[in-house]
Amino acid sequence: MTILLKTVDLRKQFGETRACDGVNFVVHKGEFLSLVGSNGAGKTSLVNLISAHLTPDSGQILFEDKDITFMTVSERIKAGIARSFQIVNLFDGLTVFDNIALSIFSRDGKAGKIISLAEHDDDVRRETLEVLGQFGLSDKTAVLAGGLAQGERKLLDVAVAYALRPKLLFLDEPTSGVSTHEKAQIMDTVSSVVRAGTVTAVVIEHDMDVVFRYSDRIVMMHEGAFLADGTPDQIKMNKDVANILLGVPLSV
Amino acid sequence: MRWLRERSKVQLAAVAAAVLLLLALLPPFIGVYQTQLLTYGLIAAIAALGFNLLLGYTGLLSFGHSAFFGIGAYTVAFLARDAGIHSMELYILLGLPISALLSALFGYISVRHTRIFFGILTLALSQVLYSLAYKLFWVTGGSDGLRVPRPTLLAGLVSFSGPGSFLRFVNSYYYYVLAVFAVCVVVMWVIVHSPFGKALQAIRDNEVRAAFLGLRISRFRWVAFLISGTFTSLAGILWVPLNGLTTPEILYWPFSGEIVFTALLGGFRNFSGPIVGGIVFTYLKTYAVATTEYWQLLLGVVLVMLILVLPTGIVGAVSRLADRLKAKGKS
Amino acid sequence: MSILVIQILNSLFYASVLFLIAAGLSLIFGVMRIVNMAHGTLYAVGAYVTAWLMGKAIALGVPLGWLFLLLPVGAGVVALAGFVIEPLLLRPFYRRAEEYQLLVTFGLLLILEDVIRFLWGGMPITADTLQDVVPIMHIGGLVYPGYNLVVIGIGALAAIGLWAGIYRTKFGVMLRATSQDRRMASALGINVGLVYMSAFAIGCFMAGLGGAIIVPSQAAVLGMGVDALILAFVVVVIGGLGSLQGALVGALIVSFVRTAGIQFFPEIELAVLYLIAAIVLLIKPTGLFGNA
Repeated sequence: MTILLKTVDLRKQFGETRACDGVNFVVHKGEFLSLVGSNGAGKTSLVNLISAHLTPDSGQILFEDKDITFMTVSERIKAGIARSFQIVNLFDGLTVFDNIALSIFSRDGKAGKIISLAEHDDDVRRETLEVLGQFGLSDKTAVLAGGLAQGERKLLDVAVAYALRPKLLFLDEPTSGVSTHEKAQIMDTVSSVVRAGTVTAVVIEHDMDVVFRYSDRIVMMHEGAFLADGTPDQIKMNKDVANILLGVPLSV
Repeated sequence: MRWLRERSKVQLAAVAAAVLLLLALLPPFIGVYQTQLLTYGLIAAIAALGFNLLLGYTGLLSFGHSAFFGIGAYTVAFLARDAGIHSMELYILLGLPISALLSALFGYISVRHTRIFFGILTLALSQVLYSLAYKLFWVTGGSDGLRVPRPTLLAGLVSFSGPGSFLRFVNSYYYYVLAVFAVCVVVMWVIVHSPFGKALQAIRDNEVRAAFLGLRISRFRWVAFLISGTFTSLAGILWVPLNGLTTPEILYWPFSGEIVFTALLGGFRNFSGPIVGGIVFTYLKTYAVATTEYWQLLLGVVLVMLILVLPTGIVGAVSRLADRLKAKGKS
Repeated sequence: MSILVIQILNSLFYASVLFLIAAGLSLIFGVMRIVNMAHGTLYAVGAYVTAWLMGKAIALGVPLGWLFLLLPVGAGVVALAGFVIEPLLLRPFYRRAEEYQLLVTFGLLLILEDVIRFLWGGMPITADTLQDVVPIMHIGGLVYPGYNLVVIGIGALAAIGLWAGIYRTKFGVMLRATSQDRRMASALGINVGLVYMSAFAIGCFMAGLGGAIIVPSQAAVLGMGVDALILAFVVVVIGGLGSLQGALVGALIVSFVRTAGIQFFPEIELAVLYLIAAIVLLIKPTGLFGNA
């Protein structure tokens, strides 16, 4: 398997808290990977470090064998890393259509075009409608993102990141706060685009049913470090994981 | 779908053309004073349109747009006095790049901040210009300001001297400003509907997410500032020949406040808000000044009431009302 | 030499007044997160009220020494105005975007400017009798109004009083708690509404006191508030919005630069001040002492 992303001894500390304590994280091309662990385990910090939302204290991040540790957000996006956020982050004053179209404009380096109407770009238009179709949002194109229901917002949030056509897509709790039915819809969509081949997904998720059902591989974090790493079956058998999931403290 | 899109655009163009035609037909009916007032209104609309690219579309409240209005006006005054230029087209052609340069400079400094700090920074920078205009009286005429004679229009084809020239000027100038105004509206409409305009709105709504689309936020804000300032300076350029005089008052920060007021009055969340606001504010202020010595008080009360009762401005309130009526009609 | 002493005293005199205005502005921002654009005008109200009261008192034959009592009275009137303005005009907007809050205070500025014009007309009014009560001083061969030293003293007292009030009293603890985290303060049982009202009134008192102490030496004129506001902005931008030390240091910097400016570069004196503010904002956005 080809290694897409690798972190080497990545460290980040907030005061006394070690959010990332020498993490060596590997993502293989084409996999659906879940990051699990209790709140404060360092999952989001790890994603923040990789997506340049945070700068590491030390360590290295390699993406397709290139050192991206000191790249800016926009350089990393150009390299092919996109992400969504734990709390829905949309452009509420723009339509659903424009939310997606903007991703595509930005990806293609067309977002700076001033003297041309956005809707006259037929390529972007076609692709936007295609993405909206994939995510089941076709009948919401003209609705303002601020007017969507929570489940739809979550879907759109994922779609906005996906429309950047990243090689590596990080989704931070894409199913939090939505109904079971919508959870399935979101995860089915994400997993189908991963299976389709072009995207590798790393998903932070709390719902273990969802995790076991969709993941190729599961990585469990605890106190800024990796506790377990394996297939869903291996993880199910892991004692430490079971203890943490059941809320039993680790024996030292 | 495409057809629908085109139809809505045709409708929009038809409404715009109708309004333009109405404005073009007005002068013979309303007389010279009203024509002059309406010209001021259109100019205020251009200023507010530019200002609103920042407030309404980028989410940045500038309290220093008097600087750009003022730089436009003073540039014209200098060109008239020191270079002997009396052509309106040259005023515009020379004035815009100079104003754009200043906007670029102020913008470069200001967009490093947002929210209240952006407001204070723009305010402080604009007051540098004010104090210079006020104190360097041998250059700027100090508080007396600088007089600007009536320029020629259309590359010298239309000039104004001799008896009756005032009336002719007011009339011709109205159409001149109306034409420039129409161009401004179209250009601004295209800008806010361009990918760039969408990006600005995205930045306004959610800066962090916009950054994670790969947009370089401060670059976009800077360009928005540059366009915004230049638009407002065009208003200043158009204003000074009509007023015949420019004084430091238009650089003073309460004038920036009036520009903010204008956008708010019309509604800064709508494209046409600042246009309506510019015209209504001009009339409101003129009549307030004419009826009472305490016009500021009147404006202040209107402003507070506006924020309290009509935070989306005139256009916002009207469109909400229209939506409600439409919904009623359907049910 | 004596000219230098006089210039330093002038700077301190000016700094005292500016500190009072800026500290009030900063306090209001620190606690309520509102930039009060009407603050300069409240300072002007303090000056007008004091000058007017002094005129009445002199006409009534009040002994001149007693006139000093009118300084806190003038400031108190502005504080009372603050008690009315906060619940009536500002409170409805706390949940709204900060643009609206800013604009409401701008509306208040427009209203107050005309209220001043309505009550006292367009002519400047003075209260220089009080300045004459304090004996003239001789510095070297030059004369200097002793009243200016009184103003410097009041400025220093106000700084100490404010510091003690914020850092040494129970109310100060409540004030600081509210400014740190409004919701937490409310959960701890602090009456946030009352704290807001008091903070705004104290800020108004400071501005009013600034106006009261300057009016015996400079006449109250229309537009004085609008000018003062911008200088107060410069002060808080340099010192840091919301910081008391910042207001003090900022006021000193602005005053000394201004005094030097009037002496050496009068044409660009104000421009230089605004530029200093812009540069500070660029290099240290939170100001020298700010942390917000």
